[in-house]
Amino acid sequence: MSEQELEDRERRDFLGKVTAAVGGAGAAAACWPFISSMNPATNVLSKATTEIELSMIPEGETKTVSWQGKPVFVVHRSPDQIAAMSKSNSRIDPQPDEERAKKSEWLVVVGICTHLGCVPNKTDKGWSCPCHGSEYDLSGRVLKGPAPKNLELPPYDFVADDKLLIGKT
Amino acid sequence: MARLVISWIDRRFPLTKFIKHELTEYPTPRNLNYWWNFGFLAGFVLVLQIISGVFLAMHYKPDALLAFASIEHIMREVNYGWLLRYLHSTGASAFFVVIFIHMARTLYYGTYRAPRELMWWTGQVLLVLLMATAFMGYLLPWGQMSYWGAQVITNLFGATPMIGDEVVVWLRGDFVVGDATINRFFVLHFLFPFLICGMVLIHLVALHYVRSSNPSGFNLDAKDNIPFHPYFTTKDLFGLGVFLVIFCFFVFFYPEFFIESENNIPADPLNTPAHIVPEWYFLPFYAILRAIPDMLGGVVAMVLSILIFTAMPYLDRSKIPGGSRYRPAYRILFYVFVVNVAVLAYVGAQPPTDAMTLLGRIATFIYFGVFLLLPFLSKHEEKWLLERGLSREVLDLIEGEESHERRRKATARREETKR
Ligand code: FES
Repeated sequence: MSEQELEDRERRDFLGKVTAAVGGAGAAAACWPFISSMNPATNVLSKATTEIELSMIPEGETKTVSWQGKPVFVVHRSPDQIAAMSKSNSRIDPQPDEERAKKSEWLVVVGICTHLGCVPNKTDKGWSCPCHGSEYDLSGRVLKGPAPKNLELPPYDFVADDKLLIGKT
Repeated sequence: MARLVISWIDRRFPLTKFIKHELTEYPTPRNLNYWWNFGFLAGFVLVLQIISGVFLAMHYKPDALLAFASIEHIMREVNYGWLLRYLHSTGASAFFVVIFIHMARTLYYGTYRAPRELMWWTGQVLLVLLMATAFMGYLLPWGQMSYWGAQVITNLFGATPMIGDEVVVWLRGDFVVGDATINRFFVLHFLFPFLICGMVLIHLVALHYVRSSNPSGFNLDAKDNIPFHPYFTTKDLFGLGVFLVIFCFFVFFYPEFFIESENNIPADPLNTPAHIVPEWYFLPFYAILRAIPDMLGGVVAMVLSILIFTAMPYLDRSKIPGGSRYRPAYRILFYVFVVNVAVLAYVGAQPPTDAMTLLGRIATFIYFGVFLLLPFLSKHEEKWLLERGLSREVLDLIEGEESHERRRKATARREETKR
Protein backbone atom coordinates (compact mmCIF):
# COMPACT_ATOMS: atom_id res chain seq x y z
CA MET A 1 0.00 0.00 0.00
CA SER A 2 1.53 3.28 -0.95
CA GLU A 3 1.75 6.27 1.35
CA GLN A 4 -0.76 8.12 -0.70
CA GLU A 5 -3.42 5.47 -0.49
CA LEU A 6 -3.22 5.52 3.30
CA GLU A 7 -3.80 9.21 3.34
CA ASP A 8 -6.82 9.13 1.11
CA ARG A 9 -9.38 10.04 3.76
CA GLU A 10 -12.36 10.20 1.49
CA ARG A 11 -11.73 6.75 0.17
CA ARG A 12 -11.43 5.34 3.67
CA ASP A 13 -14.64 6.96 4.80
CA PHE A 14 -16.43 5.64 1.77
CA LEU A 15 -15.20 2.10 2.36
CA GLY A 16 -16.17 2.38 6.01
CA LYS A 17 -19.68 3.46 5.12
CA VAL A 18 -20.12 0.76 2.50
CA THR A 19 -18.96 -1.89 4.96
CA ALA A 20 -21.40 -0.61 7.58
CA ALA A 21 -24.26 -0.53 5.07
CA VAL A 22 -23.64 -4.03 3.73
CA GLY A 23 -23.13 -5.43 7.21
CA GLY A 24 -26.27 -3.72 8.47
CA ALA A 25 -28.34 -5.00 5.56
CA GLY A 26 -26.98 -8.51 6.14
CA ALA A 27 -27.83 -8.39 9.83
CA ALA A 28 -31.32 -7.13 9.03
CA ALA A 29 -31.84 -9.90 6.48
CA ALA A 30 -30.65 -12.47 8.99
CA CYS A 31 -33.50 -11.40 11.29
CA TRP A 32 -36.09 -12.49 8.78
CA PRO A 33 -36.10 -16.26 9.47
CA PHE A 34 -36.53 -15.54 13.17
CA ILE A 35 -39.41 -13.14 12.65
CA SER A 36 -41.04 -15.42 10.11
CA SER A 37 -40.80 -18.42 12.43
CA MET A 38 -43.34 -16.71 14.66
CA ASN A 39 -46.01 -16.79 11.96
CA PRO A 40 -48.54 -19.67 11.94
CA ALA A 41 -46.89 -23.00 11.14
CA THR A 42 -48.17 -25.13 8.28
CA ASN A 43 -50.19 -27.42 10.54
CA VAL A 44 -52.04 -24.39 11.85
CA LEU A 45 -52.62 -23.14 8.32
CA SER A 46 -54.03 -26.52 7.30
CA LYS A 47 -57.02 -26.24 9.66
CA ALA A 48 -58.53 -24.31 6.79
CA THR A 49 -62.07 -25.62 6.24
CA THR A 50 -65.07 -26.76 8.27
CA GLU A 51 -68.16 -28.60 7.02
CA ILE A 52 -71.64 -28.39 8.58
CA GLU A 53 -74.95 -30.25 8.13
CA LEU A 54 -77.55 -27.53 7.85
CA SER A 55 -80.49 -29.79 8.68
CA MET A 56 -79.21 -29.78 12.26
CA ILE A 57 -80.17 -26.12 12.67
CA PRO A 58 -83.93 -25.47 12.92
CA GLU A 59 -85.38 -22.13 11.91
CA GLY A 60 -84.61 -19.34 14.35
CA GLU A 61 -81.67 -21.20 15.86
CA THR A 62 -77.97 -20.40 15.82
CA LYS A 63 -75.09 -22.80 15.84
CA THR A 64 -71.53 -21.88 16.71
CA VAL A 65 -68.90 -23.87 14.87
CA SER A 66 -65.14 -23.64 15.00
CA TRP A 67 -63.27 -22.63 11.85
CA GLN A 68 -59.51 -22.14 12.02
CA GLY A 69 -60.08 -22.10 15.78
CA LYS A 70 -62.39 -19.12 15.43
CA PRO A 71 -66.07 -19.30 16.32
CA VAL A 72 -68.41 -18.95 13.34
CA PHE A 73 -72.11 -18.24 13.90
CA VAL A 74 -74.46 -20.01 11.50
CA VAL A 75 -77.98 -18.58 11.87
CA HIS A 76 -81.11 -20.01 10.33
CA ARG A 77 -83.16 -16.85 9.97
CA SER A 78 -86.95 -16.75 9.83
CA PRO A 79 -88.78 -14.83 7.05
CA ASP A 80 -89.74 -12.13 9.58
CA GLN A 81 -86.15 -11.64 10.56
CA ILE A 82 -85.00 -11.54 6.95
CA ALA A 83 -87.64 -8.91 6.17
CA ALA A 84 -86.63 -6.81 9.14
CA MET A 85 -82.95 -7.03 8.26
CA SER A 86 -83.41 -6.03 4.64
CA LYS A 87 -85.18 -2.86 5.81
CA SER A 88 -82.80 -1.81 8.58
CA ASN A 89 -79.13 -0.95 8.37
CA SER A 90 -76.09 -0.05 10.43
CA ARG A 91 -75.07 3.57 10.81
CA ILE A 92 -71.46 2.78 11.63
CA ASP A 93 -70.73 0.42 8.74
CA PRO A 94 -73.75 0.43 6.41
CA GLN A 95 -74.17 -2.57 4.14
CA PRO A 96 -77.39 -4.04 2.67
CA ASP A 97 -78.46 -7.39 4.06
CA GLU A 98 -78.38 -8.98 0.59
CA GLU A 99 -74.62 -8.49 0.44
CA ARG A 100 -74.16 -10.19 3.78
CA ALA A 101 -75.87 -13.50 3.13
CA LYS A 102 -75.53 -15.71 0.04
CA LYS A 103 -78.84 -17.39 0.85
CA SER A 104 -81.02 -15.01 2.82
CA GLU A 105 -82.17 -17.62 5.35
CA TRP A 106 -78.58 -18.50 6.25
CA LEU A 107 -76.38 -15.95 7.90
CA VAL A 108 -72.76 -17.04 8.31
CA VAL A 109 -70.49 -14.66 10.23
CA VAL A 110 -67.24 -14.93 12.14
CA GLY A 111 -68.19 -14.68 15.81
CA ILE A 112 -65.34 -12.41 16.78
CA CYS A 113 -66.10 -8.88 17.83
CA THR A 114 -64.37 -6.50 15.43
CA HIS A 115 -63.37 -4.37 18.37
CA LEU A 116 -60.96 -6.50 20.37
CA GLY A 117 -61.89 -10.06 19.61
CA CYS A 118 -64.32 -11.24 22.28
CA VAL A 119 -67.10 -13.60 21.27
CA PRO A 120 -70.42 -11.70 21.30
CA ASN A 121 -73.37 -13.30 23.09
CA LYS A 122 -76.63 -14.06 21.29
CA THR A 123 -79.56 -11.82 22.15
CA ASP A 124 -83.05 -11.60 20.62
CA LYS A 125 -82.06 -8.76 18.35
CA GLY A 126 -78.66 -10.13 17.37
CA TRP A 127 -75.51 -10.18 19.47
CA SER A 128 -74.01 -8.07 22.20
CA CYS A 129 -70.38 -8.16 23.17
CA PRO A 130 -69.68 -8.69 26.86
CA CYS A 131 -66.34 -6.98 26.74
CA HIS A 132 -67.03 -3.35 25.86
CA GLY A 133 -70.69 -3.37 24.96
CA SER A 134 -70.72 -3.45 21.14
CA GLU A 135 -74.02 -4.58 19.60
CA TYR A 136 -74.74 -6.33 16.33
CA ASP A 137 -78.01 -7.04 14.50
CA LEU A 138 -79.17 -10.30 12.94
CA SER A 139 -77.18 -9.49 9.84
CA GLY A 140 -74.01 -9.19 11.90
CA ARG A 141 -73.94 -5.44 11.32
CA VAL A 142 -72.65 -3.26 14.11
CA LEU A 143 -75.36 -1.13 15.73
CA LYS A 144 -73.38 0.26 18.64
CA GLY A 145 -69.63 0.86 19.09
CA PRO A 146 -66.85 0.69 20.06
CA ALA A 147 -66.63 -2.00 17.35
CA PRO A 148 -65.71 -0.21 14.12
CA LYS A 149 -66.89 -2.80 11.59
CA ASN A 150 -69.57 -5.40 10.96
CA LEU A 151 -68.87 -9.00 11.89
CA GLU A 152 -66.57 -10.47 9.29
CA LEU A 153 -67.95 -12.83 6.65
CA PRO A 154 -65.89 -15.98 6.20
CA PRO A 155 -65.53 -17.47 2.72
CA TYR A 156 -68.19 -20.20 2.44
CA ASP A 157 -70.15 -22.25 -0.05
CA PHE A 158 -73.26 -24.41 -0.09
CA VAL A 159 -71.64 -27.54 -1.49
CA ALA A 160 -74.93 -29.46 -1.37
CA ASP A 161 -78.47 -28.44 -0.49
CA ASP A 162 -77.91 -28.91 3.20
CA LYS A 163 -74.17 -28.82 3.41
CA LEU A 164 -72.17 -25.73 4.20
CA LEU A 165 -68.42 -25.53 3.72
CA ILE A 166 -66.64 -22.73 5.52
CA GLY A 167 -63.21 -21.74 4.29
CA LYS A 168 -61.58 -21.40 0.90
CA THR A 169 -61.65 -24.49 -1.27
CA MET B 1 -7.34 -16.60 55.81
CA ALA B 2 -10.32 -14.55 54.70
CA ARG B 3 -8.08 -11.53 54.51
CA LEU B 4 -5.67 -13.45 52.31
CA VAL B 5 -8.41 -14.48 49.96
CA ILE B 6 -9.78 -10.95 49.76
CA SER B 7 -6.39 -9.43 49.09
CA TRP B 8 -5.79 -12.10 46.44
CA ILE B 9 -9.04 -11.05 44.77
CA ASP B 10 -8.35 -7.35 45.24
CA ARG B 11 -5.19 -7.68 43.22
CA ARG B 12 -7.27 -8.98 40.32
CA PHE B 13 -10.70 -7.39 40.78
CA PRO B 14 -11.68 -4.14 42.61
CA LEU B 15 -13.84 -5.92 45.19
CA THR B 16 -13.06 -3.96 48.35
CA LYS B 17 -12.95 -0.73 46.45
CA PHE B 18 -16.33 -1.45 44.91
CA ILE B 19 -17.96 -2.27 48.24
CA LYS B 20 -16.48 0.84 49.82
CA HIS B 21 -17.47 3.08 47.00
CA GLU B 22 -20.99 1.78 46.44
CA LEU B 23 -21.99 0.67 49.91
CA THR B 24 -20.00 1.32 53.08
CA GLU B 25 -18.88 4.78 52.07
CA TYR B 26 -21.54 5.61 49.54
CA PRO B 27 -22.82 9.03 50.66
CA THR B 28 -26.59 9.12 51.07
CA PRO B 29 -28.68 12.15 52.07
CA ARG B 30 -29.52 11.84 55.74
CA ASN B 31 -33.07 13.16 55.31
CA LEU B 32 -34.48 10.29 53.20
CA ASN B 33 -37.91 9.24 54.47
CA TYR B 34 -39.63 5.91 54.11
CA TRP B 35 -40.87 6.71 50.59
CA TRP B 36 -37.26 6.14 49.56
CA ASN B 37 -37.55 2.46 50.54
CA PHE B 38 -39.50 1.35 47.55
CA GLY B 39 -36.66 1.08 45.07
CA PHE B 40 -35.03 -1.48 47.31
CA LEU B 41 -38.36 -3.26 47.78
CA ALA B 42 -38.85 -3.42 44.01
CA GLY B 43 -35.44 -5.08 43.74
CA PHE B 44 -36.43 -7.56 46.41
CA VAL B 45 -39.71 -8.46 44.70
CA LEU B 46 -37.87 -8.89 41.39
CA VAL B 47 -35.57 -11.46 42.96
CA LEU B 48 -38.50 -13.15 44.66
CA GLN B 49 -40.40 -13.39 41.36
CA ILE B 50 -37.40 -14.81 39.53
CA ILE B 51 -36.76 -17.45 42.18
CA SER B 52 -40.39 -18.54 42.59
CA GLY B 53 -40.81 -18.39 38.81
CA VAL B 54 -37.84 -20.60 38.05
CA PHE B 55 -39.06 -23.24 40.48
CA LEU B 56 -42.58 -23.06 39.08
CA ALA B 57 -41.20 -23.51 35.58
CA MET B 58 -39.76 -26.86 36.65
CA HIS B 59 -43.32 -28.19 36.96
CA TYR B 60 -45.30 -26.11 34.51
CA LYS B 61 -46.15 -27.20 30.94
CA PRO B 62 -46.59 -24.48 28.33
CA ASP B 63 -49.09 -26.35 26.17
CA ALA B 64 -52.71 -25.46 25.45
CA LEU B 65 -53.81 -28.98 26.38
CA LEU B 66 -51.62 -29.44 29.45
CA ALA B 67 -51.15 -26.02 30.98
CA PHE B 68 -54.32 -25.84 33.04
CA ALA B 69 -53.82 -29.32 34.44
CA SER B 70 -50.17 -28.65 35.19
CA ILE B 71 -51.19 -25.72 37.40
CA GLU B 72 -53.54 -28.05 39.26
CA HIS B 73 -50.66 -30.50 39.56
CA ILE B 74 -48.50 -27.77 41.07
CA MET B 75 -51.25 -26.81 43.49
CA ARG B 76 -52.11 -30.34 44.64
CA GLU B 77 -49.16 -32.63 44.15
CA VAL B 78 -45.90 -30.71 43.99
CA ASN B 79 -44.33 -30.26 47.42
CA TYR B 80 -45.04 -26.68 48.48
CA GLY B 81 -46.26 -26.05 44.93
CA TRP B 82 -49.14 -24.01 46.35
CA LEU B 83 -46.64 -21.82 48.15
CA LEU B 84 -44.51 -21.26 45.05
CA ARG B 85 -47.58 -20.35 43.04
CA TYR B 86 -49.12 -18.04 45.62
CA LEU B 87 -45.78 -16.32 46.20
CA HIS B 88 -45.53 -15.76 42.46
CA SER B 89 -49.13 -14.62 41.88
CA THR B 90 -49.19 -12.37 44.95
CA GLY B 91 -45.69 -11.21 44.09
CA ALA B 92 -46.91 -9.91 40.73
CA SER B 93 -49.43 -7.67 42.45
CA ALA B 94 -46.91 -6.65 45.09
CA PHE B 95 -44.49 -5.69 42.34
CA PHE B 96 -46.99 -3.25 40.86
CA VAL B 97 -47.93 -1.83 44.26
CA VAL B 98 -44.28 -1.16 44.99
CA ILE B 99 -43.54 0.26 41.55
CA PHE B 100 -46.59 2.52 41.57
CA ILE B 101 -45.58 3.91 44.96
CA HIS B 102 -42.00 4.31 43.74
CA MET B 103 -43.29 6.33 40.77
CA ALA B 104 -45.68 8.35 42.92
CA ARG B 105 -42.75 9.23 45.18
CA THR B 106 -40.82 10.53 42.21
CA LEU B 107 -43.79 12.53 41.00
CA TYR B 108 -44.63 13.94 44.44
CA TYR B 109 -41.10 15.16 45.10
CA GLY B 110 -40.48 16.19 41.51
CA THR B 111 -37.27 14.18 41.42
CA TYR B 112 -37.61 13.31 37.73
CA ARG B 113 -36.05 16.69 36.98
CA ALA B 114 -32.44 17.34 36.01
CA PRO B 115 -30.08 15.64 36.50
CA ARG B 116 -32.25 12.55 37.05
CA GLU B 117 -34.12 12.39 33.72
CA LEU B 118 -32.34 9.19 32.74
CA MET B 119 -33.32 7.58 36.03
CA TRP B 120 -36.91 8.44 35.25
CA TRP B 121 -36.69 7.16 31.68
CA THR B 122 -34.95 3.91 32.49
CA GLY B 123 -37.67 3.57 35.11
CA GLN B 124 -40.26 4.01 32.36
CA VAL B 125 -38.64 1.29 30.29
CA LEU B 126 -38.71 -0.95 33.37
CA LEU B 127 -42.40 -0.24 33.83
CA VAL B 128 -43.20 -1.21 30.26
CA LEU B 129 -41.08 -4.37 30.52
CA LEU B 130 -42.81 -5.22 33.78
CA MET B 131 -46.23 -4.75 32.23
CA ALA B 132 -45.33 -6.95 29.27
CA THR B 133 -43.93 -9.64 31.55
CA ALA B 134 -46.98 -9.59 33.81
CA PHE B 135 -49.35 -9.70 30.85
CA MET B 136 -47.64 -12.72 29.29
CA GLY B 137 -47.41 -14.48 32.62
CA TYR B 138 -51.12 -14.04 33.11
CA LEU B 139 -51.89 -16.17 30.04
CA LEU B 140 -49.96 -19.15 31.37
CA PRO B 141 -52.62 -20.63 33.75
CA TRP B 142 -54.80 -20.91 30.63
CA GLY B 143 -58.03 -20.08 32.44
CA GLN B 144 -60.90 -18.13 30.90
CA MET B 145 -59.67 -14.73 32.12
CA SER B 146 -56.14 -15.52 31.01
CA TYR B 147 -57.32 -16.53 27.59
CA TRP B 148 -59.66 -13.65 26.90
CA GLY B 149 -57.31 -11.11 28.40
CA ALA B 150 -54.64 -12.26 25.97
CA GLN B 151 -57.13 -12.33 23.10
CA VAL B 152 -58.19 -8.73 23.73
CA ILE B 153 -54.70 -7.36 24.33
CA THR B 154 -53.14 -9.04 21.28
CA ASN B 155 -56.05 -7.66 19.27
CA LEU B 156 -54.98 -4.16 20.28
CA PHE B 157 -52.12 -4.58 17.82
CA GLY B 158 -54.77 -4.93 15.11
CA ALA B 159 -55.04 -1.16 15.31
CA THR B 160 -51.65 -0.93 13.54
CA PRO B 161 -52.38 0.87 10.28
CA MET B 162 -52.26 -1.25 7.10
CA ILE B 163 -50.81 -4.48 8.48
CA GLY B 164 -52.87 -4.76 11.67
CA ASP B 165 -54.35 -8.21 10.99
CA GLU B 166 -51.00 -9.69 9.96
CA VAL B 167 -49.33 -8.33 13.09
CA VAL B 168 -51.96 -9.94 15.31
CA VAL B 169 -51.61 -13.34 13.61
CA TRP B 170 -47.83 -13.04 13.81
CA LEU B 171 -47.94 -12.28 17.53
CA ARG B 172 -50.19 -15.26 18.20
CA GLY B 173 -48.69 -17.69 15.71
CA ASP B 174 -52.29 -18.72 15.06
CA PHE B 175 -55.56 -17.13 14.01
CA VAL B 176 -56.68 -17.05 17.62
CA VAL B 177 -54.74 -17.29 20.87
CA GLY B 178 -53.69 -20.93 20.86
CA ASP B 179 -50.97 -23.45 21.50
CA ALA B 180 -48.34 -21.47 19.63
CA THR B 181 -49.24 -18.40 21.68
CA ILE B 182 -48.96 -19.99 25.12
CA ASN B 183 -45.61 -21.53 24.20
CA ARG B 184 -44.04 -18.28 23.07
CA PHE B 185 -45.55 -16.32 25.95
CA PHE B 186 -43.93 -18.79 28.35
CA VAL B 187 -40.54 -18.36 26.72
CA LEU B 188 -40.81 -14.57 26.70
CA HIS B 189 -42.15 -14.51 30.23
CA PHE B 190 -38.97 -16.36 31.22
CA LEU B 191 -36.71 -14.12 29.14
CA PHE B 192 -38.04 -10.66 30.04
CA PRO B 193 -37.09 -10.72 33.73
CA PHE B 194 -33.47 -10.96 32.67
CA LEU B 195 -33.90 -7.95 30.41
CA ILE B 196 -35.41 -6.26 33.46
CA CYS B 197 -32.32 -7.18 35.48
CA GLY B 198 -30.11 -5.60 32.81
CA MET B 199 -32.19 -2.46 32.83
CA VAL B 200 -32.12 -2.34 36.63
CA LEU B 201 -28.35 -2.40 36.42
CA ILE B 202 -28.39 0.65 34.16
CA HIS B 203 -30.90 2.29 36.50
CA LEU B 204 -28.52 1.70 39.42
CA VAL B 205 -25.41 2.89 37.60
CA ALA B 206 -27.27 6.09 36.77
CA LEU B 207 -28.39 6.35 40.40
CA HIS B 208 -24.91 6.01 41.80
CA TYR B 209 -23.66 8.59 39.33
CA VAL B 210 -26.22 11.31 40.07
CA ARG B 211 -26.74 10.12 43.68
CA SER B 212 -30.01 9.65 45.51
CA SER B 213 -32.48 12.48 45.43
CA ASN B 214 -33.99 13.58 48.73
CA PRO B 215 -37.16 15.28 49.93
CA SER B 216 -35.60 18.76 49.84
CA GLY B 217 -34.97 18.52 46.11
CA PHE B 218 -31.40 19.82 46.57
CA ASN B 219 -28.14 18.02 46.62
CA LEU B 220 -27.23 18.29 50.26
CA ASP B 221 -23.90 19.44 51.64
CA ALA B 222 -21.34 16.74 52.21
CA LYS B 223 -21.91 17.08 55.94
CA ASP B 224 -25.56 16.15 55.44
CA ASN B 225 -24.72 12.86 53.78
CA ILE B 226 -24.17 9.67 55.71
CA PRO B 227 -22.81 6.31 54.54
CA PHE B 228 -25.36 4.00 53.00
CA HIS B 229 -24.19 1.15 55.16
CA PRO B 230 -25.17 0.71 57.98
CA TYR B 231 -27.70 3.55 58.10
CA PHE B 232 -29.78 2.83 55.05
CA THR B 233 -29.23 -0.89 54.87
CA THR B 234 -30.88 -0.95 58.30
CA LYS B 235 -33.66 1.32 57.21
CA ASP B 236 -34.28 -0.69 54.04
CA LEU B 237 -34.31 -3.94 55.97
CA PHE B 238 -36.80 -2.55 58.46
CA GLY B 239 -39.02 -1.51 55.55
CA LEU B 240 -38.62 -4.97 54.10
CA GLY B 241 -39.85 -6.45 57.39
CA VAL B 242 -43.02 -4.35 57.27
CA PHE B 243 -43.51 -5.24 53.61
CA LEU B 244 -43.11 -8.95 54.30
CA VAL B 245 -45.69 -8.89 57.08
CA ILE B 246 -48.29 -7.49 54.67
CA PHE B 247 -47.13 -9.68 51.80
CA CYS B 248 -47.24 -12.90 53.81
CA PHE B 249 -50.67 -11.98 55.14
CA PHE B 250 -51.96 -12.17 51.58
CA VAL B 251 -49.89 -15.19 50.57
CA PHE B 252 -51.04 -17.28 53.51
CA PHE B 253 -54.53 -15.97 54.30
CA TYR B 254 -55.94 -14.40 51.14
CA PRO B 255 -53.95 -15.91 48.27
CA GLU B 256 -56.99 -15.84 45.97
CA PHE B 257 -57.55 -12.14 46.61
CA PHE B 258 -55.73 -11.19 43.40
CA ILE B 259 -56.99 -14.12 41.31
CA GLU B 260 -60.25 -13.83 39.36
CA SER B 261 -62.48 -16.80 40.14
CA GLU B 262 -63.38 -17.00 36.44
CA ASN B 263 -59.80 -18.12 35.85
CA ASN B 264 -60.56 -21.44 37.54
CA ILE B 265 -62.45 -22.42 34.38
CA PRO B 266 -60.21 -23.72 31.58
CA ALA B 267 -59.87 -21.51 28.51
CA ASP B 268 -62.69 -21.90 26.00
CA PRO B 269 -62.01 -20.23 22.63
CA LEU B 270 -65.69 -20.29 21.69
CA ASN B 271 -67.11 -18.57 24.79
CA THR B 272 -66.24 -15.24 26.29
CA PRO B 273 -67.06 -14.86 29.99
CA ALA B 274 -69.90 -12.40 30.64
CA HIS B 275 -67.65 -9.79 32.18
CA ILE B 276 -63.95 -9.74 31.49
CA VAL B 277 -61.63 -7.54 33.47
CA PRO B 278 -57.86 -7.24 33.29
CA GLU B 279 -55.66 -7.56 36.35
CA TRP B 280 -56.11 -4.65 38.77
CA TYR B 281 -52.81 -3.01 37.79
CA PHE B 282 -54.01 -2.54 34.21
CA LEU B 283 -57.45 -1.18 35.13
CA PRO B 284 -56.76 2.58 34.78
CA PHE B 285 -55.24 2.08 31.33
CA TYR B 286 -58.03 -0.27 30.33
CA ALA B 287 -60.58 2.37 31.35
CA ILE B 288 -58.83 4.89 29.09
CA LEU B 289 -58.94 2.37 26.23
CA ARG B 290 -62.68 1.96 26.68
CA ALA B 291 -63.35 5.67 27.09
CA ILE B 292 -62.52 6.47 23.47
CA PRO B 293 -65.30 5.35 21.10
CA ASP B 294 -62.91 4.88 18.18
CA MET B 295 -60.75 1.74 18.25
CA LEU B 296 -57.49 3.20 16.94
CA GLY B 297 -58.08 6.29 19.08
CA GLY B 298 -58.56 4.13 22.15
CA VAL B 299 -55.35 2.22 21.59
CA VAL B 300 -53.39 5.40 20.94
CA ALA B 301 -54.81 7.02 24.08
CA MET B 302 -53.91 4.00 26.16
CA VAL B 303 -50.34 3.86 24.88
CA LEU B 304 -50.03 7.59 25.35
CA SER B 305 -51.31 7.39 28.91
CA ILE B 306 -48.21 5.36 29.78
CA LEU B 307 -45.68 7.09 27.54
CA ILE B 308 -46.70 10.60 28.56
CA PHE B 309 -44.83 10.21 31.85
CA THR B 310 -41.65 10.37 29.80
CA ALA B 311 -42.32 14.03 29.06
CA MET B 312 -42.54 15.00 32.73
CA PRO B 313 -39.04 16.53 32.96
CA TYR B 314 -40.05 18.91 30.18
CA LEU B 315 -43.67 19.50 31.14
CA ASP B 316 -42.65 20.66 34.60
CA ARG B 317 -41.05 24.05 33.95
CA SER B 318 -40.68 25.24 37.51
CA LYS B 319 -37.24 25.61 39.05
CA ILE B 320 -38.52 25.55 42.61
CA PRO B 321 -37.05 22.39 44.11
CA GLY B 322 -38.62 19.72 46.23
CA GLY B 323 -41.72 19.03 44.16
CA SER B 324 -44.93 19.11 46.16
CA ARG B 325 -43.09 19.89 49.32
CA TYR B 326 -42.56 23.56 48.47
CA ARG B 327 -45.09 23.90 45.65
CA PRO B 328 -48.74 24.03 46.76
CA ALA B 329 -50.25 24.16 43.27
CA TYR B 330 -48.16 21.21 42.11
CA ARG B 331 -49.21 19.33 45.23
CA ILE B 332 -52.90 19.86 44.46
CA LEU B 333 -52.32 18.65 40.91
CA PHE B 334 -50.55 15.56 42.23
CA TYR B 335 -53.46 14.61 44.47
CA VAL B 336 -56.01 15.29 41.73
CA PHE B 337 -54.03 12.95 39.52
CA VAL B 338 -53.81 10.18 42.11
CA VAL B 339 -57.53 10.32 42.92
CA ASN B 340 -58.33 10.42 39.21
CA VAL B 341 -56.26 7.29 38.57
CA ALA B 342 -58.23 5.56 41.33
CA VAL B 343 -61.48 6.61 39.64
CA LEU B 344 -60.21 5.23 36.33
CA ALA B 345 -59.31 1.96 38.01
CA TYR B 346 -62.81 1.74 39.44
CA VAL B 347 -64.39 2.45 36.04
CA GLY B 348 -62.14 -0.12 34.39
CA ALA B 349 -63.47 -2.81 36.69
CA GLN B 350 -67.16 -2.07 35.96
CA PRO B 351 -69.28 -3.38 33.09
CA PRO B 352 -69.57 -0.83 30.26
CA THR B 353 -72.83 0.94 31.13
CA ASP B 354 -73.61 4.45 29.89
CA ALA B 355 -72.95 6.09 33.25
CA MET B 356 -69.59 4.31 33.56
CA THR B 357 -68.59 5.29 30.03
CA LEU B 358 -69.34 8.92 30.83
CA LEU B 359 -67.40 8.79 34.09
CA GLY B 360 -64.53 7.08 32.26
CA ARG B 361 -64.47 9.83 29.64
CA ILE B 362 -64.40 12.59 32.23
CA ALA B 363 -61.60 10.84 34.13
CA THR B 364 -59.64 10.28 30.91
CA PHE B 365 -60.02 13.95 30.10
CA ILE B 366 -58.71 14.91 33.54
CA TYR B 367 -55.84 12.39 33.23
CA PHE B 368 -54.45 14.05 30.13
CA GLY B 369 -55.57 17.49 31.27
CA VAL B 370 -53.27 17.30 34.27
CA PHE B 371 -50.25 16.72 32.02
CA LEU B 372 -51.24 19.49 29.62
CA LEU B 373 -51.94 21.94 32.42
CA LEU B 374 -48.59 21.35 34.08
CA PRO B 375 -46.34 23.54 31.88
CA PHE B 376 -48.51 26.64 32.44
CA LEU B 377 -49.27 25.91 36.02
CA SER B 378 -45.64 25.30 36.95
CA LYS B 379 -44.46 28.54 35.32
CA HIS B 380 -47.14 30.62 37.03
CA GLU B 381 -46.60 28.92 40.32
CA GLU B 382 -42.89 29.63 40.14
CA LYS B 383 -43.51 33.30 39.50
CA TRP B 384 -46.05 33.50 42.28
CA LEU B 385 -43.78 31.75 44.75
CA LEU B 386 -40.82 33.98 43.92
CA GLU B 387 -42.91 37.14 44.27
CA ARG B 388 -44.32 35.98 47.55
CA GLY B 389 -40.86 35.17 48.80
CA LEU B 390 -39.68 31.71 49.64
CA SER B 391 -39.74 30.34 53.13
CA ARG B 392 -36.67 30.43 55.35
CA GLU B 393 -36.31 26.68 55.02
CA VAL B 394 -36.07 26.77 51.23
CA LEU B 395 -33.76 29.77 51.24
CA ASP B 396 -31.44 27.97 53.61
CA LEU B 397 -31.39 25.01 51.30
CA ILE B 398 -30.72 27.19 48.28
CA GLU B 399 -27.89 28.82 50.19
CA GLY B 400 -26.52 25.44 51.14
CA GLU B 401 -26.68 24.35 47.55
CA GLU B 402 -24.99 27.54 46.39
CA SER B 403 -22.16 27.34 48.88
CA HIS B 404 -21.81 23.71 47.87
CA GLU B 405 -21.53 24.77 44.25
CA ARG B 406 -19.08 27.51 45.11
CA ARG B 407 -16.90 25.15 47.07
CA ARG B 408 -16.99 22.61 44.27
CA LYS B 409 -15.93 25.23 41.74
CA ALA B 410 -13.23 26.55 44.04
CA THR B 411 -11.64 23.15 44.44
CA ALA B 412 -11.87 22.60 40.70
CA ARG B 413 -10.08 25.90 40.13
CA ARG B 414 -7.44 25.09 42.70
CA GLU B 415 -6.77 21.84 41.02
CA GLU B 416 -6.55 23.58 37.69
CA THR B 417 -3.91 26.03 38.93
CA LYS B 418 -1.96 23.28 40.59
CA ARG B 419 -1.60 21.63 37.24
S1 FES C 1 -64.27 -6.77 22.10
FE1 FES C 1 -66.34 -6.55 21.69
S2 FES C 1 -66.72 -4.57 22.33
FE2 FES C 1 -64.61 -4.73 22.68
